[in-house]
Amino acid sequence: MNTSEFDEVMVEFITESRENLDELDTALVTLEQHPDPGVIAKIFRAVHTIKGTSGFLGLSTLESVTHIGENLLSKMRDGALPITQENTTALLGMADAVRSILDSVEATGGEGTETYPRLIEELSRLNNPDAAPVAPAAETPSAPAAAKGSRRKPAAVAEPAAESAPAPAGQRPTKARADASVTQLKPRKVKAAAQAKKAEEIVVEEPARTGEQLIDLGLITEAQLDDALLQQGAGDPRHVGEILVEHEIVKPADVVEVLKTQAEERPSSNESIRVDVGLLDDLMNLVGELVLARNQILQFNASFFDPSFSATSQRLNLITSELQEGVMKTRMQPIDNIWNKFPRIVRDLSLSCGKNARLEMEGRHTEVDKTLLEAIKDPLTHLIRNALDHGLESPAVRMTTGKPVEGTVRLSAYHEGGQVIIEIADDGAGIDANVIRRKAVQKGVLSADEAAIRTDREIVNVIFQPGFSTADQVSNISGRGVGMDVVKTNIEAIGGTVDVQTVVGRGTTFKVKIPLTLAIIPALLVNAGGERYAIPQVSLIELVRLDGDSAVSGVESVQGAPVHRLRGKLLPLVFLNEVFGTESRPSDDAVNIVVVQSDDTQFGLVVDDISDTAEIVVKPLGRLLKGAAGFAGATIMGDGRVALILDLLGVAQLAGVSSSSAARAQAEANAARALDANFERESILIVGIGERRFALPLAHVTRLEELPLAAVRTAGDHRVVHYRDQILPLVTLADRLGIYSQPDDGQSLQVLVCGAGERSVGLIVDSVFDIVDERLEYSDRTETYGVMGTTVIGGEVTDVLDIRAFVAHDILVAAEAAA
Amino acid sequence: MNTTTLSQPSHQSTTVNLCTFRLHEFMIGIDVTLVQEVLNRQDATRIPLVSDVVQGLINLRGEIVTTIDLRRRLGLPQRSAEDPCMNVVIRTADGPVALTVDQIGDVIDADESLFEFPPPTLGGPHREFVTGVFKLDENLLLLIDLDRVLDPTTIKIRTEVPV
Repeated sequence: MNTSEFDEVMVEFITESRENLDELDTALVTLEQHPDPGVIAKIFRAVHTIKGTSGFLGLSTLESVTHIGENLLSKMRDGALPITQENTTALLGMADAVRSILDSVEATGGEGTETYPRLIEELSRLNNPDAAPVAPAAETPSAPAAAKGSRRKPAAVAEPAAESAPAPAGQRPTKARADASVTQLKPRKVKAAAQAKKAEEIVVEEPARTGEQLIDLGLITEAQLDDALLQQGAGDPRHVGEILVEHEIVKPADVVEVLKTQAEERPSSNESIRVDVGLLDDLMNLVGELVLARNQILQFNASFFDPSFSATSQRLNLITSELQEGVMKTRMQPIDNIWNKFPRIVRDLSLSCGKNARLEMEGRHTEVDKTLLEAIKDPLTHLIRNALDHGLESPAVRMTTGKPVEGTVRLSAYHEGGQVIIEIADDGAGIDANVIRRKAVQKGVLSADEAAIRTDREIVNVIFQPGFSTADQVSNISGRGVGMDVVKTNIEAIGGTVDVQTVVGRGTTFKVKIPLTLAIIPALLVNAGGERYAIPQVSLIELVRLDGDSAVSGVESVQGAPVHRLRGKLLPLVFLNEVFGTESRPSDDAVNIVVVQSDDTQFGLVVDDISDTAEIVVKPLGRLLKGAAGFAGATIMGDGRVALILDLLGVAQLAGVSSSSAARAQAEANAARALDANFERESILIVGIGERRFALPLAHVTRLEELPLAAVRTAGDHRVVHYRDQILPLVTLADRLGIYSQPDDGQSLQVLVCGAGERSVGLIVDSVFDIVDERLEYSDRTETYGVMGTTVIGGEVTDVLDIRAFVAHDILVAAEAAA
Repeated sequence: MNTTTLSQPSHQSTTVNLCTFRLHEFMIGIDVTLVQEVLNRQDATRIPLVSDVVQGLINLRGEIVTTIDLRRRLGLPQRSAEDPCMNVVIRTADGPVALTVDQIGDVIDADESLFEFPPPTLGGPHREFVTGVFKLDENLLLLIDLDRVLDPTTIKIRTEVPV
């Protein structure tokens, strides 16, 4: 076995362990609430697997941490120790330690230096509540394995007291061999690891047999099972369950229940395979290409009358659609994959902020595209944190208001109209619009007049604005004024929306809507200014066509803003050609209005023509076009040409119909400011040329010199000066910038020397004023040659010199290196 | 057009392999290994509200490629509508980008001894993009810095919204 195979074993171990850990968190939290032997057995198996494999892979810290946790679990399972909050907290701590060790193994290949002495001590203490702390090494590592192995072989029933006896099952020799080989060369170790893994897989994946499960559930004793097995061994052809039912030891319903869980377990281990996500992404891209090719063929078919070609292309159409659907399904994952982290978060948070909370989840199997799932994980976590920290009241307050002491946070997910809806509801205090109103004015998010005229609903939406927080005290969970705006931004980035509904005293519900998938979307194609644009169908409300007289009378104006009366309501109109500065080329006199919804705003987009609907493959605009506004991407049409996909939010902002455009502008400004704070200040040289002041980064200048005018010679077209045994070419900035200048004394020249040795050039200025340490910020609205922009330094208007216009690139690089 | 056979793998490290093209009155060279392919004039989809340095988007076998008008990027006079042009597709870390040039030239082996840094006093807006000059027998070949030409931070992508 070579290194890459070893890595493979390791990678597989890490992946599997992480999955087990996620289940572990959920199971531990469940256990705390409803003690259930089945759940303990599940937790035990997960920890046991990690411990076993880590031993073979030579991960000793991991082994010692999980080992002691496993001991604690086995005592909890056998009822020797109670299930307490303290125990659960310690075990969750163990899960965290395992996670960070796995992270370290993945990143560096080693376990890292942390050995978790405090965690181990805590777990040991809990293990022996009556005795003094015991060193973990004092216990027999294989004890739990022994107990487990014995359970499977009724002939060798292990009493709890026999736990420290040598293991009868075949695991112990394997383990001993592996332990010995850890210190040896890699190939041996790996071989052992592979064998170990095989053994572990069997232990874990073989569905527990009926009798054992009944024992796990505490319905029968091991002795009763042995009797039944003996009867079976003596020639009774019936199943163990049937025998037990006959002896009236168990109820038939319990056996049916157990068999049902077995049936559920089986297909998961046999009929699913692990696939690399990268492979699925590639497949998805290929299907995207196929959809494009299909679209092109269908378009070709429309102009080409051949029955057999037509039939074939129809078949191609159907197969492509089915394939697309199938591949999309492979990328779908139940939302539970991210939700399963939440019980733990809720538990830890409610403990830390002294609240009593219960998490309810509904629709855990709702499926969402993997990419989207990852994108909503953080926003959802944030909303849950908020529900606990801001939403739910403290138990004392709840008591006085007559609510149950335990607060509820309810998560639900379902599909609706081609979208996935996720609701996060709490039964807490709700959001008081008047409090928000006051805070918003206090924090300057709204003016007092604005706050007064807005409806309560609009006011509540202020919580999504940057810099707004209602928490009176900043806690480490929330209240820092960042968060809800980020939640909104992140959800909108994937084409989703978030909405809030609240009733004071009754609770708050956040409703998050996200699309099913991102890659291929249905869209409406429209024309404007001779180009085609695609409008995602999710934002589409309806199409309105005004022709004849209504084309003229249908478009009215309110204080210069065009509107259309749509069923008695005023719909603001946005002429796409005006927004884009393109020339309108309508095919007839009619006015085509596409009514769309973006954010909270509904508006009518007036286009030249509405052509068709199509499934389009969303492709990102390149890095060069990051700054382009109003587009969500591009796609390739049936005729092979590229069409842009409209970002309606962006279009609404460009047109100024978005109600939150001011808030957004502020958010962008805040983000820019936060970014700026990260920039280091630099030394800026300020020079005078004529009447004007210019600034340039000092890093570009090697030296400042005052040279006698008499030393300047003219060589060819250029002025040069003999400087440090070199000929230094001179550039008179005043001439190049077209500025009239008259140096003060006429005796000497102020020269900025850029570069070094042969590769240097001197820039002649009139005077050198100052060097300041500042961040060079400037407006870039200039077309003047040699000037990058204008700024204010030291209270005076200063132009920022574009030194690249005068000095070769390599000289600048040399100067910067020298600086 | 770019049919010039590449010379035998050069054993001397003193030559550089350059793809050349004509732009306005200049011959310009770029590292041939960066060139993915050369396309005839393409009908690009215009992008509203974007600097005219960006000519538009083209479909390159299912991939959407941004085309940059190199004349505008280097601040050279514009070509008229009927003047011929071609697209040189460049490989970049962020996928291909097409440069619109007047006419593609040969792939040449240029001797490094013919290289010289640009004269320090060379002026003009395209100054910052030129890294050096090859003094070829027939003409001067300007070597341009593609990283700089395609640096999104220096292209003012977004134009003002017409009011």
